[in-house]
Amino acid sequence: MTVQADPVTVDKAVEIERDARRRDVRMRWLLSAPALTIITLFAAGPLLIVLVYSFLTPGNYGNVKWIFSIDAWTNVVVQRDIFDNTLQWADAHLSIFWRSLKLSIVTTILTAIFGIPTAYFIATRSAKTRNLWLFLITIPFWTNLLVRTIAVQELIRTEGVINNVLRMLHIIDTPIQMMFTDFAIGFGMTYVYLPLMVLPVYASIEKLDFRLVEAGYDLYASRWTCFRRIILPLVKPGMIAGSILVFVPSLGAYVTPRVLGGGKNLMFGNLIELQFGQGRNWPLGAALSISLMVLVMVALIYYTRISSGGDKQNG
Amino acid sequence: MADFSLFSRRFDVKRVPGFASVALGVFVMLYMPVILLVVYSFNKGTNLAFWEGFSLRWYVQAYHNEAVQEAAFRSLYLALIAATLATTAATMAALATTRTKKFRGQMLIYTLINQPLMVPEIVTAVALLIFFAMIKVATGHTGMIYLIVAHTAFCIPFAYLPIRARLESMDLTLETAAADLYASPWMTFRRVTLPLMWPGIVAGLMLAFVVSLDDVVITEFVKSAGQETLPTFMLGQLRRVVTPEVNAISTVLMAVSVIFVAMFFVLTGRKN
Repeated sequence: MTVQADPVTVDKAVEIERDARRRDVRMRWLLSAPALTIITLFAAGPLLIVLVYSFLTPGNYGNVKWIFSIDAWTNVVVQRDIFDNTLQWADAHLSIFWRSLKLSIVTTILTAIFGIPTAYFIATRSAKTRNLWLFLITIPFWTNLLVRTIAVQELIRTEGVINNVLRMLHIIDTPIQMMFTDFAIGFGMTYVYLPLMVLPVYASIEKLDFRLVEAGYDLYASRWTCFRRIILPLVKPGMIAGSILVFVPSLGAYVTPRVLGGGKNLMFGNLIELQFGQGRNWPLGAALSISLMVLVMVALIYYTRISSGGDKQNG
Repeated sequence: MADFSLFSRRFDVKRVPGFASVALGVFVMLYMPVILLVVYSFNKGTNLAFWEGFSLRWYVQAYHNEAVQEAAFRSLYLALIAATLATTAATMAALATTRTKKFRGQMLIYTLINQPLMVPEIVTAVALLIFFAMIKVATGHTGMIYLIVAHTAFCIPFAYLPIRARLESMDLTLETAAADLYASPWMTFRRVTLPLMWPGIVAGLMLAFVVSLDDVVITEFVKSAGQETLPTFMLGQLRRVVTPEVNAISTVLMAVSVIFVAMFFVLTGRKN
């Protein structure tokens, strides 16, 4: 007897396959369920509560009263004068936003200046030593952020290593005040976030086809021209990735500015914390948190736009 | 014959002048503060500034400090539970999202799992503070469970990435062969898939463990009174007079991270 491809059998086969596929997909959702549940409940979901809290009235001893109000949102940028009841710019907040933005940009630029040559250096080592150099960059990345910040503190404290060495060499008489300044925060963030710039830049240099550079030299381009016109454009996606990876945590930094900036030089993250501590203004803290998150999201979306556009360009 | 002596020193197209010096400077700068921190943790004197001779004094003091002991124990216990839970959930999710035709919602799963990496930690910390404050008021319960679930959530993406990478580098041939030899799906999973993906799972577990052990921000906001972990204890100490005891604790914490990262490298690098 020969098997005929009669329509009933074909339909049946298609149905069986579709059934199997459906079962497979169902199983995959079931397998993902624990991870999705945990993240929804304890990471993603609570963000909605923050949004709700930003529209409530602060309670007397922290927490909130369940009375609708948009004061928290207006208070992000303006404040009401207690005497004549006029609206004014909230200078304290604006200067903190400005410091956060300024220091995040400075950190991104500094990590790029130091990180790109480092990544280039690692990528052009022989295959044997390359992994060792890469390991040396990765180690600080996975060691405790607080510990690395404390290490920076030891270096720049008034009685720290730098001041002691300078005093011993009689270059200075009185110690330089470096702690609790914007310089300290910028220096510390550059130090702790540098590996985040090096790693993605390294990844794109590693893929670079050096025959293109060779062609450049053959056409009498100078070293600098080759670097600027051939290497730099090809490494751009890595640089953009690195910049976002540095900029985003800098903007939301909490530990480094708290340790190195002290009580006066606040950044965005510390301003948020203040509302839940001494400030006792949870709705304002919630509104600030949402603002920070939106800023970060805009940066990330901009990044995915650019990086997917870059992929298209390269075919 | 033409004289090529001018080219006797090979021209290296990869060299960019000055880059090597900048890179070496970066490596020195990256390690110097940390090495100084370690060195000063062995300093005999109370003064952080001057070297007064080698001693284990601060390690002994940290070891006998009850608050340190308690915080260290809590940190380990928390990291162990959270990393185990996160790795289990991440392994299942990685199995579900790899080696398949695209299915509807796969992108959603992927985005949700990576969500903790996209939002600034301080925002997640605030969100959990508010959420857990509600639950604490409602139930009156203030145990370690809050820290455990919070840590598990943000550890999942870290555990997920190496496991997923491992799975994507494995093809389905061996599993198909096992199925052809009438192994049941469970048997195939236990005897073929699991042993093959094991290095990825261990790597994910170690990454999750280190990430949990090092966390400051979320722990600081979620912890109830008397639930200090080692990092939050240190952060609290920094407000007071800093003694080399903090350096000693830092050194130990760093050593643990370095060991784990080295092991992670060995595990994920072996296949190359």
